[in-house]
Amino acid sequence: MPTTDELKQRIEASIPGASAEVIDLSGGGDHFRATVVAPEFAGLSRIEQHRRVYAVFGAEIGGPIHALSLVTRAGE
Amino acid sequence: MSTPEQQISTAIKEAIAENDVLLFMKGTPDAPRCGFSARTVAALEALGKPFAAVDILPDPRIRQELSAISNWPTIPQLFVRGELIGGCDIVTEMYENGELAEVLGVERPAEAPEQAPVAAEPGAPPLTIENNLRR
Repeated sequence: MPTTDELKQRIEASIPGASAEVIDLSGGGDHFRATVVAPEFAGLSRIEQHRRVYAVFGAEIGGPIHALSLVTRAGE
Repeated sequence: MSTPEQQISTAIKEAIAENDVLLFMKGTPDAPRCGFSARTVAALEALGKPFAAVDILPDPRIRQELSAISNWPTIPQLFVRGELIGGCDIVTEMYENGELAEVLGVERPAEAPEQAPVAAEPGAPPLTIENNLRR
């Protein structure tokens, strides 16, 4: 079962310069919310920003990670 | 002969092309089977915009083919004029900043709440279950 720390580390390792905050909304380790700030999001639409984060986890979304709620932004 | 997967894929593409506002969801607008789908329905209903809905639950291949077309892994998925707008998070955010009404081409009704309406907590049981404990 994934942990919030594991998800945070994977997002930050896959997206250069990203900083992620992950919380477990369900308490059961299958429903998370991640807030991700990354310089490379600049100029991307929200859809594209979310796709970038979903791509870190591939088929795990909808599988072991039942739900990953996202808030993304490019930073200051 | 096309495979069942190809037939489903074609049907999905046709539905996206033929409906101005189309929501792929778990369950139906009257009986959503997931909190995220329920919340997305509630946002559309608060703006009073009619929409078509497809329940993806009856056949797992619907979700599989839809995600392949849309490059989006989760449900719900809202399409407006053939384009993916987003899932529950994006629709909620766009509801609250007014972009959703703009994309849908409607005025936000005066009685529509400022915050996106919360229909049910994620993971809540199906909304169709009746409370039979009260007599």
